[in-house]
Amino acid sequence: MSTLELNGLLRASAEEARRQIEICNACRYCEGFCSVFPAVTRQRTFSLSDMTQLANLCHNCQGCYHACQYTAPHEFNLNLPAALAGVRTESWERWMWPRGVAAWVQRKPAASAGVLIVALFVLGALASGDAASGVFYQHFSHNLLVAVFAPLFLLPLLAIAMALRNYWKEVGGVCATVAEWRMALSQAGRMRNLSGGQDQGCQYEKGDRYSQARRHAHHAVMYGFLLCFASTSVATLMHYVWQLPAPYAWWSLPKLLGVPGGVLLTVGGVMLMRLKSRSDPALNSATRWGGDWAFLLTLTLTAASGLLLYAVSGTSAVRITLVFHLACVATLFVLTPYSKMVHGFFRLAALLREAQAQAGRGRS
Amino acid sequence: MTTNNEQDTLWDVVVVGGGNAALCAAITAAEQGARVIILEGAPPTYRGGNSRHTRNFRCMHVGPKDVLEEAYLEEEYYQDLLKVTKGKTDEALARLCIRESEPSFDWMKAHGVLFQPSLSGTLSLSRTNAFFLGGGKALVNAYYNTAADLGVEVLYEAQVKHIALKGQRFEHVVVTHGGQDWTVKGRAVVLASGGFESDIDWLARAWGPAARNFLIRGTPYNMGVVLKDMLDQGALSVGDPTQCHAVAIDGRAPKFDGGIVTRLDCVPFSVVVNENAERFYDEGEDVWPKRYAIWGRLVAAQPNQVGYSIIDSKAQALFMPSVFPPVVADTLEDLAKQLGLPAERLQQTVAEFNAACGPADGFHPTQLDGVRTQGLAIEKTNWARPIDTAPFMAYQLRPGVTFTYLGLKVSESSRVQHQHGEYENVWAAGEIMAGSILGEGYLAGFGMTIGTVFGRIAGREAARHVNA
Repeated sequence: MSTLELNGLLRASAEEARRQIEICNACRYCEGFCSVFPAVTRQRTFSLSDMTQLANLCHNCQGCYHACQYTAPHEFNLNLPAALAGVRTESWERWMWPRGVAAWVQRKPAASAGVLIVALFVLGALASGDAASGVFYQHFSHNLLVAVFAPLFLLPLLAIAMALRNYWKEVGGVCATVAEWRMALSQAGRMRNLSGGQDQGCQYEKGDRYSQARRHAHHAVMYGFLLCFASTSVATLMHYVWQLPAPYAWWSLPKLLGVPGGVLLTVGGVMLMRLKSRSDPALNSATRWGGDWAFLLTLTLTAASGLLLYAVSGTSAVRITLVFHLACVATLFVLTPYSKMVHGFFRLAALLREAQAQAGRGRS
Repeated sequence: MTTNNEQDTLWDVVVVGGGNAALCAAITAAEQGARVIILEGAPPTYRGGNSRHTRNFRCMHVGPKDVLEEAYLEEEYYQDLLKVTKGKTDEALARLCIRESEPSFDWMKAHGVLFQPSLSGTLSLSRTNAFFLGGGKALVNAYYNTAADLGVEVLYEAQVKHIALKGQRFEHVVVTHGGQDWTVKGRAVVLASGGFESDIDWLARAWGPAARNFLIRGTPYNMGVVLKDMLDQGALSVGDPTQCHAVAIDGRAPKFDGGIVTRLDCVPFSVVVNENAERFYDEGEDVWPKRYAIWGRLVAAQPNQVGYSIIDSKAQALFMPSVFPPVVADTLEDLAKQLGLPAERLQQTVAEFNAACGPADGFHPTQLDGVRTQGLAIEKTNWARPIDTAPFMAYQLRPGVTFTYLGLKVSESSRVQHQHGEYENVWAAGEIMAGSILGEGYLAGFGMTIGTVFGRIAGREAARHVNA
């Protein structure tokens, strides 16, 4: 695959990951865990760009670490989940504009907290009308919300799209076929790479015991998020196309999508935090640990405050709940390119590239 | 031992060792209600002895079974064993082991072991060997978790130095732990503490001083202390005390625990020379999996126990990658310089070899292709293509010891024997008794079969003795 000028830090971590992968390629005991090892066996030598692709293909299930006969104190000192996590997070940081922001957000949880606080103040200042009103649009007009949130949503997406384009170029991807998309989406949808290969799961929160908890929690978060997203999209259509402004009744499509979505996202987020607190940072990207926590918390608070907002509608608590919820949403959106949130996009791209490689397609 | 709990308890079954055989025995005994303690010499990170380096289980099966294809029947299995051991086996024990391998496969799955299809590059084993998902360490982890769930106590860094016997009866073990000697009492003992291959002095006494240059592929904890202690007390031995199973591995491997990745598969596509830059054996005698085992011995017989496998760029992609990159040079002269070999002699050896190579049209890397040399003192009978396309590459070879053959003689119930019969309450399983069945050579995945089958038998019989 194409060799690119990589910056010094990434070069060091990619070279370390390559050292480890070459040992894996001589062993191959872990072939059945995930997509990473079969991908490794297709090659004898690895460019640093190959390491970027393998790193994003790795879902950090940690099965290979616990199975490895060469972990410390062995002199080969293998810790592949951590080595790939380092390359992975650095690859997002490297491609995301403006540069340096992601490295900061991922390392410093205070960055996320700062964005949230600013959002709280700005939204608090923008809120108008009767503060005790139990009706949503009494506090923020629809047009004001669109004016604030449309750029907060679209600009980050633009940054991500540009970064993905660069990623795709680096890993030698070509225009994907329908079959490749289908394969990648099916793997992402089932989170096959968190299944341990035989639906026994990860070795994440219980040392070397397998568990499906992380996969299930992750499913809840992903599908919860997609349902919430669908709910917002439907509501937007109803507002503009059918001239049906909020609030919507409990049986309306936005509510039928949004409420289960919010519940899934909240429950999944809480579960992921519980699991994370029991996992070993040394098998992950330890320097991004704080940022990971900030992201999980923001995501969960966004969902939980959305549900709370529904619960308090019609009461005088709407103003404060609404401001808080919108501030969470704004934080989540703004930080999407620079936080762990972005992993979903790169993961899907890596799965798509792997589907292509399996079909023997792509530039090398 | 932070408390005196382990010391004051009268355990039902004391298991000495913490690898596959020990775990199978401990789990089986605990499932029959026995109070079991495992005394593992290694710390937790290195637990599991040589089992942590294994990757599969040779399994008899009458039809397609899980990851195993087609059928592998008792007779074929036994004939395969006869071939590698040249008849040095105990037929009754061997057939018992083979027959019990099939139910053992189901037992392994039921106790947490996950299997995966044959690894890439090992398709020839997909019928006979079931591979562990994640390899032997994953298997060991699964068994430790199963044992913990059954209430089995595990003491790490517990090196057993003496098995105290009173007449034909086991009374207690003496174990060094935390810098002190302790007594652990039990009503039965299962000895599953492996061979003596990590004791270099012992190897040197048995094999000769050349053994000091051998690398040990597995655990540094197999010091053979328990084996020696039992033999000194009159237990019967089996297996050639002077022999070990050694293969040719990368000479740059660590002294211990290099495991699978130090394996080199380049020999059939190379010329192999000693440090005088002279060839010493037919590199193309047979497909590598069949010849792999003899090269340890061949290299051990060379000066300073070292060999050099030399290929050219044509052969580079024909074999599995290994852990260390080859030494690379644009000329043979430079290659010789980097390896410390006499350059002129190497060029001459390669030139003679090249001149003796015939047409290579029929070259086929994965089967005996008959592409051979004509007129050399030592011919290469397959895959003989001239070494003529730069860059040239070389791997240093050294003998890597896998296991030793000397062991304790056991009965079909895995009970340890002495001159006048059997000990009342002493069983053995795994490498410490494998010499009974595997008197010479090796059959891939058979060590795990012996460990599993006799570990289960030993655990069952020990529990039965205790429950009687």
